[in-house]
Amino acid sequence: MIKAILIFNNHGKPRLSKFYEHYTEDTEQQIIRETFHLVSKRDENVCNFLEGGMLIGGSDYKLIYRHYATLYFVFCVDSSESELGILDLIQVKVFVETLDKCFENVCELDLIFHVDKVHNILAEMVMGGMVLETNMNEIITQVDAQNKMEKSEAGIAGAPARAVSAVKNMNLPEMPRNINIGDISIKVPNLPSFK
Amino acid sequence: MSDVVEKTLTALPSLLSLDSQPGSAKLSSTSKLGNLIRGITELTSKHEEEKLIQRELTSIKDQVSSPNTSMRQMKELMVRAIYCEMLGYEASFSYIHAIKLAQQGSVLDKRVGYLAVSLFLNESHELLLLLVNTVLKDLQSTNLIEVCMALTVVSQMFPKDMIPAILPLVEDKLNHPKEIIRRKAVLALYKFYLIAPNQVQHIHNKFRKALCDKDPGVMTASLHIYLQLIKENSEGYKDLTASFVTILKQVVGGKLPMDFNYHSVPAPWLQIQLLRILSLLGKNDQSTSEIMYEVLDESLRRAEMNHNITYAILYECVKCIYTIQPKSELLEKAAKCIGNFVLSPKINLKYLGLKALTYVVQQDPKLALQHQMTIIECLDHPDLIIKRETLELLFRITNGQNVTVIVEKMLDFLRISKDDYTTIDLVGKVAELAEKYPFETMNTVFSLGGDMMQPDIPNSFLKLLSEGFDSDEEDRKLRLFAVDSYVSLLQSEPNKLPQRFLQVISWVLGEYSHLSAELEPATVMTLLSKLLDLKHTSSETKSWVLMAMTKLCEGGVAISVAQDIYETHSSSMDTVLRQRAQELQHLSQDSELYLMGGVDSSLSFLDGFVSEALAAGAAPYKPPHQRQEELAQAKALSLEPYSLSLPISMSSCSIADRQSPTLMSMSSGLSGDSTDLSHKGGSTTLKLDGVKRVWGREGYLAQREPVEETAQVEVPSPLRSPSQQAEADSTQSQTPTPTVTPELEQDKQQLASSLFVGLGSQSSVCLMGKSDPTPQRFRRKAQGRASSSGASEKTPTSLGSTPSPVDNLLCNSLLDSNLVSEPTNQTPQASQSLDTTNGNCHEELTDVKENNPSLIHNNEEPDKPKDLCLSSHLPTELSGLSHSEITPLCSNQSVNLSACHVQKEDSLQLVIFIFNSSDSALQQMQLQVDSGELKVNYCLSLITDSPVEEVRSHSVAVCHYSVTVKRPSVHVEVLGMLSYQLPGGTPQTIQFSHKLPLTTFIRPLTLSTEEYGSMWLAFSQDTKQNLTLINDDQDPLTTTLNVLKKKLQLHVVEIIGVEGIVACQLVQDQPCLMHCRVHAGTLAVWLRSPVPDLPDCLLYHCQRALQEH
Repeated sequence: MIKAILIFNNHGKPRLSKFYEHYTEDTEQQIIRETFHLVSKRDENVCNFLEGGMLIGGSDYKLIYRHYATLYFVFCVDSSESELGILDLIQVKVFVETLDKCFENVCELDLIFHVDKVHNILAEMVMGGMVLETNMNEIITQVDAQNKMEKSEAGIAGAPARAVSAVKNMNLPEMPRNINIGDISIKVPNLPSFK
Repeated sequence: MSDVVEKTLTALPSLLSLDSQPGSAKLSSTSKLGNLIRGITELTSKHEEEKLIQRELTSIKDQVSSPNTSMRQMKELMVRAIYCEMLGYEASFSYIHAIKLAQQGSVLDKRVGYLAVSLFLNESHELLLLLVNTVLKDLQSTNLIEVCMALTVVSQMFPKDMIPAILPLVEDKLNHPKEIIRRKAVLALYKFYLIAPNQVQHIHNKFRKALCDKDPGVMTASLHIYLQLIKENSEGYKDLTASFVTILKQVVGGKLPMDFNYHSVPAPWLQIQLLRILSLLGKNDQSTSEIMYEVLDESLRRAEMNHNITYAILYECVKCIYTIQPKSELLEKAAKCIGNFVLSPKINLKYLGLKALTYVVQQDPKLALQHQMTIIECLDHPDLIIKRETLELLFRITNGQNVTVIVEKMLDFLRISKDDYTTIDLVGKVAELAEKYPFETMNTVFSLGGDMMQPDIPNSFLKLLSEGFDSDEEDRKLRLFAVDSYVSLLQSEPNKLPQRFLQVISWVLGEYSHLSAELEPATVMTLLSKLLDLKHTSSETKSWVLMAMTKLCEGGVAISVAQDIYETHSSSMDTVLRQRAQELQHLSQDSELYLMGGVDSSLSFLDGFVSEALAAGAAPYKPPHQRQEELAQAKALSLEPYSLSLPISMSSCSIADRQSPTLMSMSSGLSGDSTDLSHKGGSTTLKLDGVKRVWGREGYLAQREPVEETAQVEVPSPLRSPSQQAEADSTQSQTPTPTVTPELEQDKQQLASSLFVGLGSQSSVCLMGKSDPTPQRFRRKAQGRASSSGASEKTPTSLGSTPSPVDNLLCNSLLDSNLVSEPTNQTPQASQSLDTTNGNCHEELTDVKENNPSLIHNNEEPDKPKDLCLSSHLPTELSGLSHSEITPLCSNQSVNLSACHVQKEDSLQLVIFIFNSSDSALQQMQLQVDSGELKVNYCLSLITDSPVEEVRSHSVAVCHYSVTVKRPSVHVEVLGMLSYQLPGGTPQTIQFSHKLPLTTFIRPLTLSTEEYGSMWLAFSQDTKQNLTLINDDQDPLTTTLNVLKKKLQLHVVEIIGVEGIVACQLVQDQPCLMHCRVHAGTLAVWLRSPVPDLPDCLLYHCQRALQEH
């Protein structure tokens, strides 16, 4: 079973944390810190498995991680998961690549701004700690299908209250393309897209 | 920089096509979240971040609680709250709003609401109750997405007690036309199974349906459930083996749609899952294993080494092949595969290779020999993880000859390791080795491991010392050596030693320094007293030191030292120290008292005090359980109006009259470690902390066997004696080694030869006796013996030392047998008997009654000579009673173990038959039976036709135990170990486990309705659940209760209309009451008992009994 999925950047700032088992708020933060501490001091040319974080719990658990550009993707799993299997789950074809497809060349910022979307993608892939789907296309289809249905539902709108908002929104289809983004300058050092 | 931002923003609508309302709200959300993020990235200190977030949270709070906030704004606020929570700032005010959003919003809002809920709350959070209705509604929705969301949130966290509310709905979803819903429903049910297995009892056949689903995705999801089920009880699912094999065959053969391919490998994750299931099924089971050989071979062949994921499959394949009953061709191929892993330049594969090797060396140490050079290289690998894995591997192949080098390597690693976890783990291992092999290493372990190590290590070390071995001479030598080395340690630099080590030292000196002739007690006293003066000595250590001194204070100088110490410590702030100082002083002055010793466990010296107190009107002492009972009685409603209230005072009077003061003080519950000196000490030193008793002889389980190596003193350098050298060389010559050996290589070669000594041709002798995955520290006299045989006797010819792996796998419930896999074929006898009687342990209880010996004969194979009617060997006092079927436990070529049980009124009699099937007599036989949940009382052992502890060829010995339940659980497991020796052979052990259903311990409890009423109110543990009602036309309640009565031996107290009350007891005297009511076509039962877990377990059996009806 997967116990937790963590994403943080090179500085240890959490970008996504999902726990499939209950820990207290403090423990969760401590786990994130400790995991970062463990993972960040490892070289690039060592193995992607780590054993024995005290917090996450003893010898049965291990951390499987990957480092992409500015981000660390860490899965904390117990012995019932295959190490290489999970590694590939994180890797190319599945998680990261799905993100990439969904966000078109995903970068750290996407994860920051769309925490909810990332969570939704993750929910299609892992459910309650179990791997649900490993096929990228299937995940994307699911996410897309949901998006489409929501769109249509929002248009038809069952409840009157929803109808009002829907109509209002239909008037503004082009809005985002015209945003003046001149004054937004976020200082995030070194954000190449990663793959 | 900014173009990245621009890209993100402009791409927004298309990327997030779900963003169907790209209105101003969305925009502002981005900018608000953007503002927040920008703010945070600009900050430099944690403190500033805290302030900023607090400000943010306040503003979210304001907006969230304002009535004008629209759903969409709410959604945006939630995302911000999620962000804050992720950074570790609590936003508990938003939880209720998240639930509201999930309840009321449109689908899009709902999604964020559910997401927030699943991130914020956990299954024990009280707010979750508010979500249940929403989930119910969404599960019934026609909108797929709503159903999906509800299922997701259900599987993430759902309160256990609310599962019944939604269970039927989730079950229905198993028939949903959409496969994604079915898949999610399966996983949700799996989650339910994990948190409340009893509640999904009845849908196991639906799991089967899911396994047969036409969509491979649903089938994959159902494998999660089966993996878990089979892990818990592999016997029950053997029939599915063929199906799993067929599935795997189809997958490997590429029969799945192309969609399931990943890097042109068909459904790799599915394959991995299946292989794991197969390995669980095939373990210890020849016939099941045979079914899967072909497909395993196929998988190995198909998986070409080209991608990570194929390695993942191969790894599972190899593990599976080594777990199931071995087949030589497959083993060969698997070994080759491991080679590919280990030799791979890819570090991840190397890691897995080492892991596989570690797993495999227990069966086949030669494999380690093949890869010795690689292992040596890994030992110097820069990656600590690889290094640790290598040490783990070495740990498994340690034997008497290479222990020095291996321990040295481990200690080297310990010196550089900074990680707490690693330290603890490794210290444990070194301790195990050091303890098994020479003694001196222990000192290094203690000084290096310091106070970090687990407290049981020094404790068990001391236990080992105090209990010693069979030979007194050995014991004396070892203890003397310990005393000498500790004295010299204390003389040099005691201030550098860790506290734990000091404690060990002081105990040893106190107990054994008299063994050393030239050592004056006074000298030791002085040394110890120095410890007291050290600044960093903790008070715990000090009390250990003082305890040691009390043992030593005798003779002139000692008394003066004791006096000094008394003066300094009698005013200590620490009461324990003060007490110890008092004791020390008294003992040192009164030599008569010092010599007396002994414990007055009855505390008779207090009689005077007690009778005085009683005379003065004090209430007599009642033990805690009695007090509780009375309290409960007082609380319970009195059903008999005139009888209860009056006698309370009377009964207490009568207790006072009946019991003499002595009796009372005996039952006073004070532990009996006050020694006689308390006479002197008077009331101030009544109670002593009996540190010494911890290592008393009782409770020690391992048998005593001679351990030879303790006598040898370790040479701590890797230099080897000439004879070892020679041996190493011979080993080396057998193994493929690189031809070019530069100087560095030579070093490695040398290291290799010292590491892998003893793994060569003699390796068929079990090397380590390492049969437990969990290190059992210091419990290893039996193991020690095994290893010493590996080290010292190099003749693998004896009957006992070359058993086929099958036998051992069969009888070893733990996954690693300590045997070498010599690819022999299995012993047909053993496996056959296992096949034919698979799962017989779980035979229903009712069968017991009808069972007679002839039935057993039919069941067992008649052609086997060993099946002399075992039942005729039943102990005489049991032979008249009906007994359960005789179930085989385990066997190897020389011994067959089987068991049966007989139900008696007040206990369960467990009878174990030991049949010697070999041609020679078994000697020094010892059988140990142990169980966490059971109290096992050894009754007697009847060994027919032969003297005790010896079983002649082809005869049967019978051991007979009386067991009662200590702690209820659905099945109680009895673990046992038989050790024996064949003449001229090495000692052998064989382990087994036997499961007894709880029902065998249930007896009817006959009582009247009134008694029932008063008991009902007094019991605290209760459970309610609905059971299926057996529907026949006339009286379903009576029928159902009669079934329960018949199957579980319950006593039906009374049936009135639609209600019935039932009572039973768990032997001995642990009542459980059951109240049943027919309600809406089901049977609502309510169980109560004073024993925790009993209602739950009983309920489980009721459920099963009704199901099987």
